[in-house]
Amino acid sequence: MKRTVPLIITATVGVVLIVSNFIPAFRAWGEEATTFFSIIAAIAFVLGGGSLLKVHLRKISDRNAGWGYSIVVLGTFFATLAVGLLKIGVTPNPAFPDMPWAGDVQARGTAFWWAYEYTFKPLTSTMFAMLAFYIASAAFRAFRAKNLEAMLLLGTAFIILLGRTFAGYWLTSWIPIDGPFSGLRIEELSVYIMQVFNTAGNRAIIIGIALGIASTSLKILMGLDRSYLGGGN
Amino acid sequence: MRRRLPATTTAVLALLVSGAALSPDAVAAPPPPDSVTAIDRPGDGGGVAEVSWTPAPGDALIVGWQVWRTETDSETGSRDAAERASALAAAESQAYDEAYARLVQVEGIAPEDAAVQARAEARDAVRAIARDPDALETTELGPHGRHWVLVDTVDPEVTSIEVGKLDAADRYSFMVYALEDGPNGGVERSTPSAISAEVAPVAAPVDLRRLPLLVILAVLCGAVLFFILQARSGRTLKIRKIAGLAAVDEAVGRATEMGRPILFVPGIQDMDDLQTVAGITVLGRVAKTAAEYDARIEVPTSRSLVMSAAREAVHASYLSAGRSDSYNPDLIYYVTDEQFGYTAYASGLIVREKPAACFYMGCFFAESLILAETGNSVGAIQIAGTAMPSQLPFFVAACDYTLIGEEFFAASAYLSGQPDQLGSLKGQDIGKILVGITLIIGCLAATVAALTGSSGLEEAVMWFKNSVLSA
Amino acid sequence: MSFLQRIENADRRWVFLLMGLAVAVPIIYIGLTGKTLPEKATPLAESAFEVLDDLPSGSRILLAWDFDPASEGELGPMATSFIRQCSQKGHRMYFIALWPVGAQMIRSTTTKVIGGYYPDLEYGRDWVDLGFKAGNEAVIKTIATDFRQMFPADARGTSVSAIPMMEGIASLADFDAIVNVSAGYPGSKEWVLYAATPLKKPLVVGCTGVQAPLMYPYVPNQVRGLLGAIKGAAEYESVVNGWVREDSIRKTLVAGGMAESEAASTATTLARDPDDAGAWSETAAAASLTPESKAAVIALAAAPTPGIFLEAQRRMGPQLVAHLLMIGLIVMGNLVFFASRRRGGGR
Repeated sequence: MKRTVPLIITATVGVVLIVSNFIPAFRAWGEEATTFFSIIAAIAFVLGGGSLLKVHLRKISDRNAGWGYSIVVLGTFFATLAVGLLKIGVTPNPAFPDMPWAGDVQARGTAFWWAYEYTFKPLTSTMFAMLAFYIASAAFRAFRAKNLEAMLLLGTAFIILLGRTFAGYWLTSWIPIDGPFSGLRIEELSVYIMQVFNTAGNRAIIIGIALGIASTSLKILMGLDRSYLGGGN
Repeated sequence: MRRRLPATTTAVLALLVSGAALSPDAVAAPPPPDSVTAIDRPGDGGGVAEVSWTPAPGDALIVGWQVWRTETDSETGSRDAAERASALAAAESQAYDEAYARLVQVEGIAPEDAAVQARAEARDAVRAIARDPDALETTELGPHGRHWVLVDTVDPEVTSIEVGKLDAADRYSFMVYALEDGPNGGVERSTPSAISAEVAPVAAPVDLRRLPLLVILAVLCGAVLFFILQARSGRTLKIRKIAGLAAVDEAVGRATEMGRPILFVPGIQDMDDLQTVAGITVLGRVAKTAAEYDARIEVPTSRSLVMSAAREAVHASYLSAGRSDSYNPDLIYYVTDEQFGYTAYASGLIVREKPAACFYMGCFFAESLILAETGNSVGAIQIAGTAMPSQLPFFVAACDYTLIGEEFFAASAYLSGQPDQLGSLKGQDIGKILVGITLIIGCLAATVAALTGSSGLEEAVMWFKNSVLSA
Repeated sequence: MSFLQRIENADRRWVFLLMGLAVAVPIIYIGLTGKTLPEKATPLAESAFEVLDDLPSGSRILLAWDFDPASEGELGPMATSFIRQCSQKGHRMYFIALWPVGAQMIRSTTTKVIGGYYPDLEYGRDWVDLGFKAGNEAVIKTIATDFRQMFPADARGTSVSAIPMMEGIASLADFDAIVNVSAGYPGSKEWVLYAATPLKKPLVVGCTGVQAPLMYPYVPNQVRGLLGAIKGAAEYESVVNGWVREDSIRKTLVAGGMAESEAASTATTLARDPDDAGAWSETAAAASLTPESKAAVIALAAAPTPGIFLEAQRRMGPQLVAHLLMIGLIVMGNLVFFASRRRGGGR
């Protein structure tokens, strides 16, 4: 029963989504099915919130390693929730001056805006910027000219790295831009590599992935693959 | 094929036409086209009508046609509402300015108080206008006593067009103007043609225009089903070794030996992404091995639904390994939906706990390299699998094994070893061969058409592109 | 221990330090001197510009800001340049976001560009912020046929039926072009699959460096212009900056009474060589203009481009040094590799 009901739901919704592509009368059903997922995901957030609280409260009560971080997590979680729900620091909408809650919670100057602007934004920017360091260390460690293919890859990488900067333009700026060899200018070469070789490789991978997705979807719809429900058979 | 006039020409025409319409000297206007007919385009998904007309006999100076359709009730309603709202906003603004000026300059009230009072007066003024139905002007009716919407302006050779973007639940009529060179170098518009009969652009029971897609779907699914049946009938199917999956036992074994945990990251997307589903499949296998070896496996997730699914999968694995007592649901927990918040948590976990094995299986974005490099820095054995082409290079550079695209989706079949599942892989290969053949034939046909200028071949390529590929 | 062995065993934090310096030093240098590297636009950036430039003034442009603060460093400059081109051209701009924080991105970019440099543009008539809508690609699929179902009100809560520029917007088909700045999912790929391809709408995409390779297969049929990462942004920014200067000069000349064609050619010349503006004002061609018009033209030609419209070009400096460092690290890594292989200890 625990497996059968989800399988029936999967098969039914899958068939409805496929059929709605070809039979216009079913189109609205397809849209409904997509909406249902959003609703369920939203409800499931309660589960996630519960799990977050449970894990971190236990960490704090057990004084596990790093329990101080858990206090920060829970503190900021509740602070953000309060700031958003209670609309702290929100100025009323000019059209409804008598209604203090009519203002925009994300407007400039609100506590929510402040939290976003001065904590969330710099923190996420920092995480993203850290990629530069990791790329450098990965390149230093992993990019080895072990064989011919690796050498070709290295040469291509150098062209792209240079082609994305002024150095690429400067190095081959002596090649006339209107001449027959203009395609050899590094900035042109890098665009050519991206558009032709990279596109060809990507398309092959994407076609393989698309077929993989189609086949996996079919297996799931037919109930042949139940591993995602926690059971092979 | 229908040709449209360039956008700039259309704009100029509209300008000249409006000028001509206003001009009292516009004499001897060209005759309008005859018999404008409109029918619902058959066999489609709805929302498209075919409009055709006959040029008036003996008129050789036509430079184009303008096709108009009637406005629907809902369009009229929203236009009226928009016009009304706009007029009310203007009236409110004017009333406010007048009241504010009077209060400040005549009555000498402080500007802050005047603003509040003026706003109240302006609102009262607007309420009074809003109550009076005749106070606001609305757009006048067009020809045939209807409101009209311009659909398209087309070349003179064109005498029929397909009008899209219609609402399948509404009814429409059409009229056409002839455009002709005027005596002063401008363009003149004819009187409006007769109005066409009403047409409802309804959807056909089956959208025949998507038939090619149905055929492709049937062939691909047919191939998969055929090989599943073949496998069931006892035919042996071979699958090549996938190093990343073969290394699962090694990785879990290493973690057990070292007494360190295993980290499993199922990507950062929800269960509606098939990559997450594939990731959960691999998690089931990893958890089973971990249960057999008695190793600790930790699964932080970035979506609540993924947490629930992962718990089910791991629980089932522990049950099948006969170790249900060792299953701890608290090791599979939700962190945050926020991409970099999750990444920060997972990186911190790797640095603190120093897992001996890290699995990254699912949908990843920019966090892929941050996670994989952090894992590499603590010396973990790392296995990744994703169908995100942009992240594959990062995983290949920083992980020991990477399941690339379709290998990742093949994991379920590979790990289960069931004939049904292996058959589906074989069917997938047939799909790949078909796509390859189509690609080669298409490229050859397009090349030959371009080199020889063969119109037949060119039309065939265009037909394939416009019907099969756009289906 | 030889030098190469020492490098081989070096802590990765040395690499981090070098990368930190490679980025920080150019940032400080450019910040102090204000100098930027020249940019030469590739055809992809040029076509991105042309898609918006070829449309007549007043066209309806949907601008979908699907990025977050994390990628703002890479995508923010192209977003500001897109708004600058649309504002200068007089297009009507409709902003939406499929990412929750995209709403803030809309707010910050519009405040910076429209609030700072085009204050005469009226909200509701020239631009509208429709805010964020949850639902990922389902939103695109829905607005492809029914825009108001997903966006019944703007980000400020005003009903769209009370917004003048929303009149006649029933679906995505009513827009003349779509501009998408995207940092991932949902983003440019979804706009290609569910909007540009089925509706055959011109789509211009600005995306992060890792996404760009995935978008190339869609150029030029489904994606008409593609700006990849900060390099694409810098190229586009330089094209837009040049054009804005030229267009401002042309408008001033026309307002001063010069014929349209002559004003266009003069504006092109003056925008290219601002130093010639002084000499030009003495020529016979400038004689018909009033002294005020002449002074305005000279001021426009020589006016420095505001800093926010040079962000992408400024960031190309750190990118240059960082890329050179990457090449250096890869070469060094290979030297170490070959040296250790010669010693018989290859990894």
